[in-house]
Amino acid sequence: MTGTVAERAAADPVIEFRGIGLTYPGPPPVAALRPCDLTVERGEFVAVVGPSGSGKSTFLNIAGLLDTPTSGMYLLDGVDTGTLRDADRTALRGLRIGFVFQTFHLLPQRSTLENVKLALVYSGFPRRERTARAREALEQVGLGHRIEALPTRLSGGERQRVAIARALVTQPSLLLCDEPTGNLDTANADSVLALLEELHADGMTVLVITHDPLVAARARRTVTIRDGVLSVSDTEMSEVAR
Amino acid sequence: MRRVRRTGCIKPSVFAWRDVLSESLAGMLQRPGRSALTALGTVLGVGTFVAVLGLTATTSSQIDTRFNALSATEVTVEDIAHEQDEFAGLAFPADADARIERLNGVEHAGVYWPVRLAPGELVRSSAIAGSDGAQNSIDVVAASPGVFAAAGTRLAEGRVYDAYASELAAPVAVIGAGVADRLGITTLETHPAIFIGSQPFTVTGVVADTDRKADLLLSVVVPRTTAERIWGRPEAGGGKMLITTSLGAAPQIAEEAATALRPDHPEYFKAVPPPDPKTLRGQVGDDLNQLFLLLAAICLVIGAVGIANTTLVAVLERTGEIGLRRALGARGRHITVQFLAESGALGALGGLVGTSLGVLTVVIVAMFRNWTPVIHPVTAAAAPAIGLATGVIAGLYPAWRAARIQPAEALRR
Repeated sequence: MTGTVAERAAADPVIEFRGIGLTYPGPPPVAALRPCDLTVERGEFVAVVGPSGSGKSTFLNIAGLLDTPTSGMYLLDGVDTGTLRDADRTALRGLRIGFVFQTFHLLPQRSTLENVKLALVYSGFPRRERTARAREALEQVGLGHRIEALPTRLSGGERQRVAIARALVTQPSLLLCDEPTGNLDTANADSVLALLEELHADGMTVLVITHDPLVAARARRTVTIRDGVLSVSDTEMSEVAR
Repeated sequence: MRRVRRTGCIKPSVFAWRDVLSESLAGMLQRPGRSALTALGTVLGVGTFVAVLGLTATTSSQIDTRFNALSATEVTVEDIAHEQDEFAGLAFPADADARIERLNGVEHAGVYWPVRLAPGELVRSSAIAGSDGAQNSIDVVAASPGVFAAAGTRLAEGRVYDAYASELAAPVAVIGAGVADRLGITTLETHPAIFIGSQPFTVTGVVADTDRKADLLLSVVVPRTTAERIWGRPEAGGGKMLITTSLGAAPQIAEEAATALRPDHPEYFKAVPPPDPKTLRGQVGDDLNQLFLLLAAICLVIGAVGIANTTLVAVLERTGEIGLRRALGARGRHITVQFLAESGALGALGGLVGTSLGVLTVVIVAMFRNWTPVIHPVTAAAAPAIGLATGVIAGLYPAWRAARIQPAEALRR
């Protein structure tokens, strides 16, 4: 381990893609993501946008260490993920990346608190510390009063906030959100985006993958993927649009 | 180029045993209905297993008790003198009863043999042939007075002949209640006589019941001395001795009897001790047992298939959860362990419930039969373990499948 988030901050960018690409072997070979470079500095709020089928999912899987690129080098917190054993990649994923999914992926029979605590199981946190940390994370997302509720009793926005709390509880380097508002109505989507902005303001690195321009507009920087080609757009454009 | 850190110090993912336990319990308890149905096969299998073994143990211990009361205190000594020496004749000495009764632990002893009558010699109630119809099928037994005590006879009327009558070779007879009926003897007050062939005998007693040698009830018993006087010695190997002992003494008496009877020729006798209760227990209902155990095994297999099926469905159903856990840092083996633990817990639960039901069955059956329920502790202890093993084996394939699910694929659901 390389210490706390603050210590990590001094050193490296959170994400550094050097010629990362993924081609599914044929026949015929399909280039899901053409070799690209991308750097996400600590504390950034980046949106990755593109129509469906553009390679967003591939980007998410690579960035989230769920899939390995066929070319290039991916440094996460300065760690070359390509050289890691599978077990180490898994551990790194659990510790450094907080996932937020479109479909929340909450366990329906477990309480809010238990759902958040689940994220601490595999990283070896002592059992007695887990409840306190999970509670803290839930308070951070404004759900400190619903810790015993089942996800089925929560609104969509609340569910996504539970999922964000689960992602935050391990104090990751990166919050990786895949269409976080895709299943939400406008009001709930707004509250979730506001929460993400708040986390960003607190120093969290947030990467949102979306097809929704309104969501992308909330980010400080936008990266576009189209037909597997990733292009870093003008950083200030989205700032101006706001 | 920026410095690339080659971190060899990433803390690997873990799945502590307490977490395995609580996760699998949660997985089981969160779908109680389905868990119950899934475990049903194991419940039936293990329950049958325990019930069969328990009922068998109960029945055989029941047989043991009955056996202990009578047979365990009984020794039979057979005359095998003719096998050693064809001219040996009757091996039992005249004072055989007294010789054996001197041994420690012997309660009663008596020599007897079936008397072989000539074809024309029949048992009848009057001297005049044909007046009441010859009773052809009544057996005559020669017996020393000790036989009555050893057989535990209870008299309806009169008394058995004693050593004095035996010594005199008196023409007296004790008859079974069945014989008395057939000969038309209703009372001994008239001192009735019966005839064996042409020999008259005074009936001194009527046997109502016996503990051993129930054939005495259908026989005419005369003193062995009288029988020897009239019909001569028994045919080779006909003579036997019945010895009753105090509890536990039988095996030793069986060893001592031959020497006590004939110190000069102990090889003339073969003493038959009571069968060993342990071997007896082993033999009881062995075939039926195996059939039922086979049924129990089939139930277990069905139970295992049930668990395997449900777990497989659960794996497919929980693909999203598997993806999530992988995203949260679970390794493939952690997923395997979790599903194995869940199916194992289901099996163990089924095993526990099955054991309880099996024990209950044995107790209820024993209660209705007025038996003492007997279940070997090993049976009760092993049964839940069998359930656990069933569950784990059933979970192998689904758990393997679960671990192979690609997280990126799973999270798309």
